[in-house]
Amino acid sequence: MSAASTTAPGATPQRTLRPRDAADVAEIVATHPRALEPLGGGALRDVGHDAEADVLALDALAGLVAYEPEELVLTALAGTPLATLERELAARAQRLAFEPPDFGALLGAARPRTIGGVLAANLAGSRRVSAGAARDHFLGCEAVTGRGERFKGGGRVVKNVTGYDLPKLLAGSWGTLAVLTSVTVRVAPLPETERTLVVPSATAADAVTAMSAALGSPHDVSAAAFDAERGCLLRLEGFAASVDARGAALLRTLREGAERDGAAAPGPDADVPRAEIALLGAGESRALWSEIGGAAALTGWPVVWRISVPPSDAPRVLAALAPERYLLDWGGGLIWAAFSAADAARVRGALREGHATLFKAPREARAANAVFHPQPAALAAASRRVKHAFDPGGRLSPGRLG
Amino acid sequence: MICLPTPDAALVARRAEIVRALRAVVRRDNVIDDDVRLAAYETDALTAYRQRPLAVALPESTAEVAAILRYAAREGVKVVPRGAGTSLSGGAIPAADAIVVGLGKFNRILEVDYPNRCVVAQSGVTNLAISHAVAAEGFYYAPDPSSQIACTIGGNVAENSGGVHCLKYGLTTNNVLGLELVTPDGDVVRLGGKHLDSGGYDLLGLVVGSEGLLGIVTEVTVRILRRPETARALLIGFGAVESAGACVAAIIAAGITPAGMEMMDAPAIQAAEAFVGVGYPLDVAALLIVELDGPVVEVDLLVERVATIARANGATYERASANERERLAFWAGRKAAFPAVGRISADYYCMDGTIPRRELPRVLGAIAEMSERFRLRVANVFHAGDGNLHPLILYDANVPGELDRAEAFGAEILKLCVDMGGVLTGEHGVGLEKRDLMTYQFADTDLEVQHRIKHAFDPDVRFNPGKVFPTLRRCAEQGREHVHSGSERFPDLPRF
Repeated sequence: MSAASTTAPGATPQRTLRPRDAADVAEIVATHPRALEPLGGGALRDVGHDAEADVLALDALAGLVAYEPEELVLTALAGTPLATLERELAARAQRLAFEPPDFGALLGAARPRTIGGVLAANLAGSRRVSAGAARDHFLGCEAVTGRGERFKGGGRVVKNVTGYDLPKLLAGSWGTLAVLTSVTVRVAPLPETERTLVVPSATAADAVTAMSAALGSPHDVSAAAFDAERGCLLRLEGFAASVDARGAALLRTLREGAERDGAAAPGPDADVPRAEIALLGAGESRALWSEIGGAAALTGWPVVWRISVPPSDAPRVLAALAPERYLLDWGGGLIWAAFSAADAARVRGALREGHATLFKAPREARAANAVFHPQPAALAAASRRVKHAFDPGGRLSPGRLG
Repeated sequence: MICLPTPDAALVARRAEIVRALRAVVRRDNVIDDDVRLAAYETDALTAYRQRPLAVALPESTAEVAAILRYAAREGVKVVPRGAGTSLSGGAIPAADAIVVGLGKFNRILEVDYPNRCVVAQSGVTNLAISHAVAAEGFYYAPDPSSQIACTIGGNVAENSGGVHCLKYGLTTNNVLGLELVTPDGDVVRLGGKHLDSGGYDLLGLVVGSEGLLGIVTEVTVRILRRPETARALLIGFGAVESAGACVAAIIAAGITPAGMEMMDAPAIQAAEAFVGVGYPLDVAALLIVELDGPVVEVDLLVERVATIARANGATYERASANERERLAFWAGRKAAFPAVGRISADYYCMDGTIPRRELPRVLGAIAEMSERFRLRVANVFHAGDGNLHPLILYDANVPGELDRAEAFGAEILKLCVDMGGVLTGEHGVGLEKRDLMTYQFADTDLEVQHRIKHAFDPDVRFNPGKVFPTLRRCAEQGREHVHSGSERFPDLPRF
């Protein structure tokens, strides 16, 4: 191992420990006198609360362990940069089965993402709504408990129900249960091509109705988002002939729907000529969804909430919150809402179901508000017992989740 | 021979008192303590093992479940949760000192929500009933375990059930959005809901597949999907298992994700064809059924591509379904494989390991060798897309020693799956059946971590005792009976 001391502005002096391998991780966790915060590339370091801990930098645990395209699985050391994996996968016309979003622009920090970090945060991009989240494709892992024990969970095959699904539990645990050292994920074929339909929608309510219809259609819409400045965005991916046919069919469905609605209830803007539905080609479509998944349009605001709700509830929540700028993703199920200041009670008070994360905020605002959504008592108690099962001494990332 | 836990004599002695206490919580008729009615609960679909429970309680509401579990927690009473009792791994087999809590009365679909594309159902609703409830609007629930006409959604959650379509559509865990869970303490918690990816630890993901060890699920929210525009299947025969395996790999490498991809070996093909006569070729060593679903344009395109790949990999037989009747006929033989094998053998024992697909020829070769050594025939069906192998071991329970040989043969197959980089169970669960093999796949620390999670929910280890984890120190010489063909439970249930 190697160690270095740094002092982050305004924080207690932190040491950084750099284990060489998994055995080294176990030894450090077992013997280091202070608590430890496992860190991949640091891309999400500014999300959540600051941990009162030394840094366990996993950048030396990098490299592909096994990649078998025909088995649809890939095993890599947890500190492997996502960019490395994406390159390897693309060379075999594959990609991760989920879509990890890039928040570099939003968070204003171009630090590298690692596969371990992506899984530990379980953040999913726009394809979440059709393909699932990171947790859905996290098949197995090797990790180190807060007691410094090495263990494995899950397996290295795509279908496995042997024992508890530990990868699910570690996905989204933000490094507070165990230190991931090696992970196995499911991969998927890269689609031959993609297109995006841009449907003019005046309001969030119109957009949610259109997105719900599109996602409930047989046309395999892989993502559906709404940006008031662009309209309702519907993504189609797959084999070229299929994408063309589905695009045409979806266009027909949407036009019929619009005419039906228009005939039934001519709105106040009935004289305004109906804007045409536009079709984006593969390159433009890919760039657009990278921006949407990373909520890049909200970069200019100091406070950004990430709110998960039942899609049909999104228009009501938006009306209650009146954010300065917002995006809808996941067919309306994910609201990105930007404000000038953080007011957790108001945001969380507007929800009937779901949860709100104070995803981006100045350090003082994060210190004053719970970043992660508080849980009901019985659930919080169960979560505490799970934490205790992995890390009874509170050695891993204390305070990170609040 | 798998041991059932040694019952706690003190608990058994308190049976009358426990029954009285249950009757104070649920309606009198909903507590079963007479031998005649208890007999229906003494096993599941792992019928070689039977055990009468202390009593069965059939609560009608979440409040009743919570009251039963609070009583059980206070009095140290053990609990075995039960859905329809179709587990193939003995997940619902009772214990002599435990009460069974059956969810049979939780049979209502509570809400169908098309705008949010989900259904909220009580946990005793059958898997197929969910798809039926939304069929008129063109939707369905994707995971389709073969027992779907009988198995419950709560049981599916406990076992993380799969089905023939999970390569493309995922297992139960990928299709469940929310649960209402009553913990062993009797607390009612909601995990997830109609929204995605709840904050905090993913207890929803933990509870799915936890085999009834962490609590009782009373309500499930599942996502529903729009039915694909069309589906077509190809029937492809090969002279060698290796060619079939290579064809499967080439289909995946071509970027195609079939809705289903099934393989049968020669004994399975012959048994199925003799049973249902759907026109399977009898001169092939391996038969693949590849199903494509989606928009018509895509399906027609991919049927052509798969056919081309099959020819390039030495297919000796190839047919694509031209209509729905043909597609269903292709599947009929595969879906009848288990009963077909049941016709040529007094009994059969179904295994469920998963292997990296590339190891298939080696594994089938080794199984053939074991078949000779154990002097028992075997037929293999295989979810080829995801590497989940179902060898069917043929035996006769009335021949002394054959059941023991079948179990030893099965254990050897599962160990081989682990040796090849695979796992003990792909979709049937560990249950009682594979419990003692867990130490083969997992090291002590791996199991210790899992035990601690169990203790976080159930510190007294009262829930579904004797399942999944090999903790038993002593063994009761009881519980297993020889069950001969004809006395099998769910004889009419398709199994594939």
